[in-house]
Amino acid sequence: MDFFILNTFNKLRLADSIQRKKYVISKGIDPFFSNVFRAYKFVVLYFKEVFKAPFHFREVINQCFEVGLRSLSLITLTGFVTGIVFTKQSRPSLEVFGASSWLPSLISIALVRALGSLVTALICAGKVGSSIGAELGSMRVTEQIDAMEVSAINPFKYLVVTRVTATTLTVPILSLYCGFVGLLGSYLNVHTHEDTSFVAFFENGFETITFLDVFTSVFKSIVFGFTIGIIGCYKGFNATQGTRGVGRAANEAVVLSMFFVFVEEIVIVQVSNWIRNY
Amino acid sequence: MEALKNISNTEIVISIKDLYKSFGELHVLRGVDLEIFKGENVAVLGKSGTGKSVLIKIITGLLRPDTGEVKVLGQEVAHLKGKELDVLRLRIGFSFQSSALYDSMNIRQNLEFPLVMNKKDLGKAEIKTAVEEVLEAVGLSDKLNQMPSDLSGGQRKRIGIARTLILKPEIMLYDEPTSGLDPITSMEINELIAEVQQKYNTSSIIITHDLTCAKVTANRVAMLLDGKFLKVGPFKEVFSDSDKRIQSFYNYNFTE
Ligand SMILES: Nc1ncnc2c1ncn2[C@@H]1O[C@H](COP(=O)(O)OP(=O)(O)OP(=O)(O)O)[C@@H](O)[C@H]1O
Ligand SMILES: [Mg+2]
Repeated sequence: MDFFILNTFNKLRLADSIQRKKYVISKGIDPFFSNVFRAYKFVVLYFKEVFKAPFHFREVINQCFEVGLRSLSLITLTGFVTGIVFTKQSRPSLEVFGASSWLPSLISIALVRALGSLVTALICAGKVGSSIGAELGSMRVTEQIDAMEVSAINPFKYLVVTRVTATTLTVPILSLYCGFVGLLGSYLNVHTHEDTSFVAFFENGFETITFLDVFTSVFKSIVFGFTIGIIGCYKGFNATQGTRGVGRAANEAVVLSMFFVFVEEIVIVQVSNWIRNY
Repeated sequence: MEALKNISNTEIVISIKDLYKSFGELHVLRGVDLEIFKGENVAVLGKSGTGKSVLIKIITGLLRPDTGEVKVLGQEVAHLKGKELDVLRLRIGFSFQSSALYDSMNIRQNLEFPLVMNKKDLGKAEIKTAVEEVLEAVGLSDKLNQMPSDLSGGQRKRIGIARTLILKPEIMLYDEPTSGLDPITSMEINELIAEVQQKYNTSSIIITHDLTCAKVTANRVAMLLDGKFLKVGPFKEVFSDSDKRIQSFYNYNFTE
């Protein structure tokens, strides 16, 4: 059935290249739909393959380290600075109401609900998404992926499934870490102003955080991680036209995954608010 | 070099009948017929862009034919999927025009990779011996721990061949094994190809522009022209043909 749809599009495009006329909808829109369809097939294939042996555990672990190592320093820096700056900028507004003792809980909510996972996802989209796109892209154009295929190694399983699984597992961990580092930054600022103790800061901060907050945040990060991995792999795996294609794959992977991260953020926040008010 | 052995075998390992393949408006293969016998080396000659690489990619199932029949070791490649295709592919070695070494792995890992992934029952020691054996065969034993980027083009090509030999294939497909190499290294590769044929009794298709390579490694040569084979036969026979296009291919090669 799927194959049939794809084939129809392909045939029509072929027919079109001969006669320069027939499109299902129009010249600009047809390739868009066949691309969406191919991306959809790619995602479905991931879910088909991920639960089938062989699992390449070792390679998944390798890729997890790659993801972590590539983004850790930037996440640490950004998370820490975000914590400090956010605290610093929020203090005056709270002081107006004499409520600066609420700072820890305000910051915790901001970091846990939104900033931690969003900052991490954007950094990973930039660093990890682009490098996956470039790596798989160059393997495609230098025929390394074909070489795997002819030696009876399933490149989708070995390259794509492992990477997507790795980002899906690692991004949530990095997000939690980012939130924690952000809180440390915030604590540093609060401590220098109000002389709050470490324990008091965290007790105060965590008081207002609910299970739903943490759950939503982790769920969101899992979705972000999957998005970044699958888009990077899709772009790289389907790279064409030599070295230029490699650059383009890396670039498009970043832009597209950032776009999707924002869309998903909005959707998930909406849904979690419904659940919260239910 | 030893004289090419005469192939009296009539067992067909690759049979291609009336094969067509186009990319959009570009009609690359238009009615290709070819049979390869067991233990035989066949050189495929033809100008750049005539579809030689496309032909062997169809043989391993990397590309699908539009119409026509391609049977390898008795099986129709286009009908195979998943496991069955993998089993067949393990019996075919494919040495890429671009070498296609995995550039994130060193030479040892490159050579081990097909074995580790496909022969789960092999022990560490057996893998090590297999790696040493093929490296020895291509004469690059000292490069074991280097990265592909540290090697020259010719060395990469030889490692590429070693990586396919490690699975002991019954059929070898060489895509321009000697292109871009100096005459001495070319000769070494030619000897390697002939040796592989002798030692493992493989059947091979050797794609090349290099007439010397065709002459010394192949039992028969096949001229690909305008999407089909113009003439197939022993080297001498093909090039004694008076067809202008064959003659110009021959002259161009030797008067440069
Ligand atoms: N995947 C593909 N998509 C579109 N066109 C292709 C594809 N592969 C090959 N072609 C086209 O098919 C034609 C034959 O290509 P092929 O690589 O087989 O040439 P070749 O005979 O191997 O040449 P060379 O000696 O330069 O390697 C070329 O014009 C090429 O552009
Ligand atoms: Mg070629």
